Amino acid sequence: MSVLVFIETEDGKIKKSSREAISYGAALGDVTALALGTVNADELATAGQNGASKVLHVADERLNAGLIQPYAAAIAAAASEAGADVIVTAKSSLADAVVGRVSMKLGASLVSNVVSLPDTSNGFQVKRSIYTGKAFANVNMTTDKKVLAIKKNAVEIKEDGGAASVEAFSVSLDDSLFGTKITSTEKAEGDVLLPEADIVVSGGRGLKGPENWGIIEDLAKTLGAATGCSKPVSDMDWRPHHEHVGQTGVKVSPTLYVAVGISGAIQHLAGVNSSKYIVVINKDEEAPFFKAADYGIVGDAFEVLPKLNEALKAAQ
Amino acid sequence: MNILVCITHVPDTTSRIAFTNDNTEFDKNGVQFIIGPYDDYALARAVELKEQNGGKITVLNVGEADSDPTIRKALAIGADEAIRVNAFPSDSFFVANQIAAIAKEGGYDLILMGRESIDFNGGMVHGMVGELLGLPSFSPVMQLQVEGGNAKITREIEGGKEKLEVSLPFVAGCQEPIAEWKIPNMRGIMSARTKPLNVVEPSDNATHSAISAYELPPAKGAVKMIDADNVSELVDLLKNEAKVI
Ligand SMILES: Cc1cc2nc3c(=O)[nH]c(=O)nc-3n(C[C@H](O)[C@H](O)[C@H](O)COP(=O)(O)OP(=O)(O)OC[C@H]3O[C@@H](n4cnc5c(N)ncnc54)[C@H](O)[C@@H]3O)c2cc1C
Ligand SMILES: Nc1ncnc2c1ncn2[C@@H]1O[C@H](COP(=O)(O)O)[C@@H](O)[C@H]1O
Repeated sequence: MSVLVFIETEDGKIKKSSREAISYGAALGDVTALALGTVNADELATAGQNGASKVLHVADERLNAGLIQPYAAAIAAAASEAGADVIVTAKSSLADAVVGRVSMKLGASLVSNVVSLPDTSNGFQVKRSIYTGKAFANVNMTTDKKVLAIKKNAVEIKEDGGAASVEAFSVSLDDSLFGTKITSTEKAEGDVLLPEADIVVSGGRGLKGPENWGIIEDLAKTLGAATGCSKPVSDMDWRPHHEHVGQTGVKVSPTLYVAVGISGAIQHLAGVNSSKYIVVINKDEEAPFFKAADYGIVGDAFEVLPKLNEALKAAQ
Repeated sequence: MNILVCITHVPDTTSRIAFTNDNTEFDKNGVQFIIGPYDDYALARAVELKEQNGGKITVLNVGEADSDPTIRKALAIGADEAIRVNAFPSDSFFVANQIAAIAKEGGYDLILMGRESIDFNGGMVHGMVGELLGLPSFSPVMQLQVEGGNAKITREIEGGKEKLEVSLPFVAGCQEPIAEWKIPNMRGIMSARTKPLNVVEPSDNATHSAISAYELPPAKGAVKMIDADNVSELVDLLKNEAKVI
């Protein structure tokens, strides 16, 4: 099987979720990866470790920003170039917006939130997460070409591959595809991206106010974690919107989710139920979150968190 | 301004999810259905834009007759008319084709959707419809201002946000804080009864996928409680039992 994997970079590095997507593709067949915009060729060659044999690089500067229509056109062009039967990408806010267009260009079936390798014993069947992590569906993809968007942290990263060859790939992108003007970009620098994070520390209304977020940030720093929050916390502007976890916010799937002063409303749980382990710290022993937790501490966040932070540091 | 808002008819966010018929069908028993929360944001913003600029809001759902109460609710919130494509929404390709067919007829200035449906969470239909119509598509959209034929959009990117300028028409997948959810008032509920809800048959039946079975995740084991005075026990468990740090 010939596979094209669309990869994204962050601060010049291939994103972890893109390495997961390459690893997924490598389990299916020969992987050509595609990178768009200015990226260092040495970094791109490391896609080989995860199983790519080749990387097509469209070094068009106009693609440094994530523009939906030109990205879709470039991915479709690369899919033809690579003769790909399957196009794989990590699910992300950019990829989500792009792959629907790609699937239509290619007449390909599209399934998102994929959590398993396909079963090809009888057609092409993948398992996907549905109902915001509360269930799964087994889906038969019935077209020749397929596009898969893989749920983050659902795939083990392959590390034992070689180096990939990096080839310049030129796509002619019509000016009409660049009708959108980006007037400003605001981005948290240097932080661990929440949707990509292996460990997440989240705070809820129990923290009483934005001025108390230091204890969350300290713990996150010790754990190398991203910070998250509940919806009321972002609604009240204690924290930025992109940190809000749950049904209407970011869906995370880390190996460890630490919830502090969050009651565990079902809409919050919907965003965290794909976490491998959940730790809940709440002063109310009746908080519903404990039912979804692996480990729980009943206690006051303002006392427990500093102690936990010290104990973690001591253990490092 | 002529706005099309595409809404899903989905289980309430607190629903217990279960399946019947040998795990091949969603169990609707005891489940309350609502307008998808993201679609509700799209609708709320459409109502605000109409208040500012005048115009007409059409809501569209691809679904069977049990969607009608959900569609009436959208009419009560402020849509002027509704279209239901009378078919089970079997996959996103099928749904996108139906929406595009309606949109081609309607001459809409804006096509608003939710960032994603909360049943299938694809977040795919807006891009598909954009491609079918040859229009730009954006998602997730956190802010949307319209001035004449142009719009200012704020979209969420991972770890931040970005401001964009684009001309109408286009497709947007909306999320908060684009608008506050609106609750229908009595007048809205009364008038919704007489607003037109046109039921049309699907333009074609092509699909790209089929679900063979559903599964529920394995049940979670019991929680281990740790004394607040003994946090090092938690550190030990995370390190040696869960092996996550
Ligand atoms: C359609 C819909 C969608 C929604 N989507 C989301 C979503 O995506 N994400 C989301 O989070 N919510 C969502 N909500 C809201 C959700 O229902 C809850 O209201 C929300 O999650 C509660 O946030 P919270 O746990 O921070 O606050 P609260 O429910 O107020 O809980 C605060 C918790 O902190 C504890 N606490 C207080 N003081 C301390 C202390 N000193 N130390 C330790 N613990 C303390 C309390 O015991 C309590 O359990 C949605 C709601 C609806 C209707
Ligand atoms: N059956 C449907 N009828 C009308 N609109 C839909 C339907 N399914 C999806 N949509 C729209 O497309 C958006 C994205 O859906 P999805 O790609 O399924 O996550 C939703 O928020 C709706 O606005």
